[in-house]
Amino acid sequence: MVTSEMKLRNNFKRIQLQLFIVPVMIFSILLSAGCGRDETSTDQNLSEEDKYIHLATTTSTYDSGLLDFLNPVFTEETGIAVRVISQGTGAALETGRRGDADLLLVHDRATELAMVEESYFVNRHDLMYNDFIIVGPESDPVGILAAESVKEACIMIAESGSKFVSRGDDSGTHRMEKSLWNEAGVETKDRDWYYSIGQGMGDTLRFANEVFGYTLTDRGTFEAASAGLDLVPLYEGDPALYNYYGIMAVNSTRHPHVKYDYAMEYINFLVSEAGKELIESYEVNGTGLFFTDIELD
Amino acid sequence: MSQLGEGIFEAFRLIISLDADLLQIVFLSLRISGLSIIIGTLIGVPLGTLLGLKSEKKTRLASKLIFTLMGTPPVVAGLLIYLLLSRMGPFGVLGLIYTPTAMIIAQISLATPIIAGLTMVGVRSRGKDVVETALSLGAGPGLITWTVIKESRITILGAIITGFGRIIAEVGAVMIVGGNIAGQTRVMTTAIVLETRRGNFELAIGLGLILLILSFFINSFLYNIQRGVRSN
Repeated sequence: MVTSEMKLRNNFKRIQLQLFIVPVMIFSILLSAGCGRDETSTDQNLSEEDKYIHLATTTSTYDSGLLDFLNPVFTEETGIAVRVISQGTGAALETGRRGDADLLLVHDRATELAMVEESYFVNRHDLMYNDFIIVGPESDPVGILAAESVKEACIMIAESGSKFVSRGDDSGTHRMEKSLWNEAGVETKDRDWYYSIGQGMGDTLRFANEVFGYTLTDRGTFEAASAGLDLVPLYEGDPALYNYYGIMAVNSTRHPHVKYDYAMEYINFLVSEAGKELIESYEVNGTGLFFTDIELD
Repeated sequence: MSQLGEGIFEAFRLIISLDADLLQIVFLSLRISGLSIIIGTLIGVPLGTLLGLKSEKKTRLASKLIFTLMGTPPVVAGLLIYLLLSRMGPFGVLGLIYTPTAMIIAQISLATPIIAGLTMVGVRSRGKDVVETALSLGAGPGLITWTVIKESRITILGAIITGFGRIIAEVGAVMIVGGNIAGQTRVMTTAIVLETRRGNFELAIGLGLILLILSFFINSFLYNIQRGVRSN
């Protein structure tokens, strides 16, 4: 009786050991597979297979289709593939800061310049601009069509209490919108007309469309998405609404693993005369979306 | 309503045309979730069996932990894996972020607790009897372990089906750690998010339908195995 119970217990121990060893083995195989990968990817002489760059960019450039138009031309010329990760500008800047991308194409000029100053990024160029517009229901219940400045339009929306839909996702567009409310001296926090939905531009446009609200959008995404929307542009043209896109490489001194040379090839390709012409030639619904004739201090 | 109709039309158009991009996305989805579920099974089944065979008192905390992990929101799992694999994270040197490998790791972390948890429940309900019977017949530890797993196979297959359903359909984790790169890390669910964001509802619905159809076939397959196992 005693012996059979001991035997039972002994066997249990061995069973448990076996069951424990299997997961540990699999985990170590996984880890070693990961390490094997590492040697190839940090090799200084990049093989053909590694001839690609990670470009972190904003949903507005990606969703407008511009990069699908530009990148094949670049890849054709240089043999370097471009892998695009599209996020909000806030997330894209963070991705770059952490070294998870090789270069960035984003639109938050002030933050970009500050982060170049802090040596996270190098070789920043003002690449192009487009403009923001305020869109809303065709009936324009607030009458911002008659506004003389974007500031006035903002004040009119706030005072009427008409619905305004905000990206609320810390994207470049959201940051621009916040600065507009700031300029207009309007408090949006906890206002029941102000919907902060934390989503991308396309989602925000559809939300505004559903609730008959106003929203701020970049022209490119609006043009690309306008087919399914009843929204129309209601305020545009104020210089305060210009949206500057900067391109910059991740600093290889901070992150030695980044493909700095390839990133620079991409930057030089876009800032060249030919590259700028290509950007200007991109159209959606017959409208040019991005312009390169930048005059900034 | 018309968009729904067009979506269904779009789905069939995509299936019939065998669009190369679509095929690539479908195969990547199957490869990632398939590998994840295989590895998740290899870890989860032994782990669940081990816990199921131990007395309930000893494994109370471990059980609660596993049950909690079964409900991890994919975004949270994705964020944790991102922070681990990001270049500034502890495993950054491996250069795995924004690769299919990172997506597999994230999905393993989602599937394993489900498989382990459900296996544990199955084994606990009858494992002890099986061990004692096998012992009395003079079986060695290797055979006993195998017998326990075999006797719980219906529950285990159910666990695998549940785990697979969860990871093939999740978008939060693969979006964060994969980055939805066209041709590299874009899977069905992230493609659906992208097309929805771009306002291409028909394409998004079409992709969603294809995902459902695929799930149907895979689950039918697993269901048939389970039924075969049961009637044996």
